[in-house]
Amino acid sequence: MKIPNTELYYDLHIHSCLSPCGDEDMTPANIVGMAKLKGLDVIAVTDHNSCGNCGAVMRAGKAQGLLVLPGMELCTSEEIHVVCLFKELCGALEFSKRVYSVLPEIKNRADIFGEQTIIDENDNILGHEERLLINAAGISIDDVSGLLSEFGGVAFPAHIDKVSNGIIGVLGTFPQTAGFKAAELSNVCDKEAFLNSHKEIRNLLFLKNSDAHYLWQISERENSVDINSLYVNLL
Amino acid sequence: MKQAVKKMTVNSVCSLLYCEVVSGGECLKNEVRSGYCGDLLSWVMGRAGSGSAWITVMGNINVIAVAVLFDASCIILAEGAQLDNDSKCKAIANNVAVLSSKKNAFELSGLLYKALLL
Repeated sequence: MKIPNTELYYDLHIHSCLSPCGDEDMTPANIVGMAKLKGLDVIAVTDHNSCGNCGAVMRAGKAQGLLVLPGMELCTSEEIHVVCLFKELCGALEFSKRVYSVLPEIKNRADIFGEQTIIDENDNILGHEERLLINAAGISIDDVSGLLSEFGGVAFPAHIDKVSNGIIGVLGTFPQTAGFKAAELSNVCDKEAFLNSHKEIRNLLFLKNSDAHYLWQISERENSVDINSLYVNLL
Repeated sequence: MKQAVKKMTVNSVCSLLYCEVVSGGECLKNEVRSGYCGDLLSWVMGRAGSGSAWITVMGNINVIAVAVLFDASCIILAEGAQLDNDSKCKAIANNVAVLSSKKNAFELSGLLYKALLL
């Protein structure tokens, strides 16, 4: 994948309709269309424990002229959410297979959790993922960074300012052993206030993403990063 | 799963443990057949038995979904853990009883175990 070498406005944590909690309007064409309306340069599609819709959103992005990175929001065995981004779709799909093999064999109940819709780049529904995707995969937080490098990916813990599924909320501290060089703050987080109470992680690279489950939640053109340096720094 | 030897409803458990009702109504008449204690949702999902009172400090919206999935008799939020507004609406919509207590999970488990099983 050729990534332009400039500062890009981003939203690197967006759910599609494959996530049970993702709205059914989070289709590839809609996500890309909304991101373009918002003036974003690059987005990543990050469904819970699956890269099943990444290819479709990437192709929709190509058709509409928007850079889309393949990604996933991994739920570790500690129930910590980690955003994983990949350089290539094939690496993402291989990693997705790995995660599936360590995901509990519990069926989704769409009436409770929502549909898990697999869809193509033209918003045609191809089917539904039967296994519940929001469960904890059998991968520990300490192993994520190392594992991701095998698949050409990088990882950073998601919404670390939130108690539920945030790394500090779950573990009580930001573990140095996990080897993360970046971390995500939620869109509503006051970064300075947060870092004042967590001085030990000041040196990390911080990203602000929407964690959008609905179209209107996708970020405005507010946060920018050099995507190449992101990969280089994190790998 | 250890099954109750005494018949108790969510209402009687609520009085026993001095809980506040966060979400109630008809579901307060549910029979409490056992108990389960845990905060990792994917762990609870595969293990908690139907009819259990589930003691947790997790107030996330997925807690309600998991309670529906394993047919919990009620959720007991320990140590004053809060349910956010969306979760509260979901609990009411799905007829899930949610109680709240200042006691911690150990104390609640002990009292409930004694009342149900001894």
